[in-house]
Amino acid sequence: MKKLLLMALLLPLSAVAEDYKLVIKDHRFQPAEFTIPAGQKIKLLVENQDSTPEEFDSHDLNREKMIAGNSAAIIFIGPLTAGGYTFIGEYHATTALGHIIAQ
Amino acid sequence: MFATAVIVFREVLEAALIIGILAAATRSIPNSRSWLAGGVMAGLVGAGLVAAFADVIGGWASGVGQELFNAVVLGAAVCMLAWHNIWMSSHGKAMAANAKSIGKNISDGASECSVLLIIVGLAVLREGSETVLFLYGIAASNVDGQSSMLLGGAIGMLAGIALGYIVYAGLGRVPMRWFFAATGLLVLLLAAGMASQAAHFLIQADLIPSLAAPVWDTSNTLSEDSLLGKLLHSLIGYDSRPAGMQLVFYFTVLAVIYSGMKWTARRPQGVIKK
Repeated sequence: MKKLLLMALLLPLSAVAEDYKLVIKDHRFQPAEFTIPAGQKIKLLVENQDSTPEEFDSHDLNREKMIAGNSAAIIFIGPLTAGGYTFIGEYHATTALGHIIAQ
Repeated sequence: MFATAVIVFREVLEAALIIGILAAATRSIPNSRSWLAGGVMAGLVGAGLVAAFADVIGGWASGVGQELFNAVVLGAAVCMLAWHNIWMSSHGKAMAANAKSIGKNISDGASECSVLLIIVGLAVLREGSETVLFLYGIAASNVDGQSSMLLGGAIGMLAGIALGYIVYAGLGRVPMRWFFAATGLLVLLLAAGMASQAAHFLIQADLIPSLAAPVWDTSNTLSEDSLLGKLLHSLIGYDSRPAGMQLVFYFTVLAVIYSGMKWTARRPQGVIKK
């Protein structure tokens, strides 16, 4: 029983994801490219500084999330195998282009 | 304009397909049309509210409120679709035998209609809120070609609705002998696909483990960005890079609803009807 309790306490700790930050400004991602460790879950904070909403969308990452104007959102990503993953802002797909490198 | 049309089309498509299939499946139930229209209206009002409070919802549960909201809406829709399909499997045969008159005799036809309203309302709510936000974003920003973008949005919406109508009309041509089996199968797959999407949102919110992600990768063969990929995604829950947990949700819902349908279909009518 004690062992179980201990495991239950440790589990959330081991699952804590590393934090990364991404800014959307003028319908572009900043940084447009960043590197994360492979095989590890990360927590991505996306801050939309534009007044219009944007949808963070990536089939590579299997993620989609609407981010209202002038607000922020959290997206958990991974664990990923090493490689490149693209993501876009669906509502401004010509300018809002980003790339994650897992290594 | 074209880009806007495509985005709105993609958002509207799923709700339009759901409405098309359900409108066909319930066409012999009296008053199902007005319930359906009521569902669309309620969904639109809800979509407006969700869009207006998007940042509030997004802020719930330390930033993963949107995922939770989507998962709950999808989960509720799955339950309603399950109820619908199991109900249909006990009444479908009687309806097929005497399609015109039987509807009036079914005591719980009204509850089936309210389920219909909820399913349609939830579908419009979820897909509609994103469309509203997107179009609002265009309307609010003073970009060049704003009116042509809004026109594109209208075209995309009409195209989505047209496709939903094609599905409805197509199902109407299916012979009565196969009709309930066909719509039953479509609704079953719709529900399983929604369960997989709900799992997808819960994984994204880090509330459940992904269990091996992705299980397969067919994004080079059939991308979800393609029209066929998007259609299959909406209809049967196709995912080009699914997580293991999505498959668990998908097949669990498939098995549960299927057994429910088989079980009620076997029982005599009188037992279910009371």
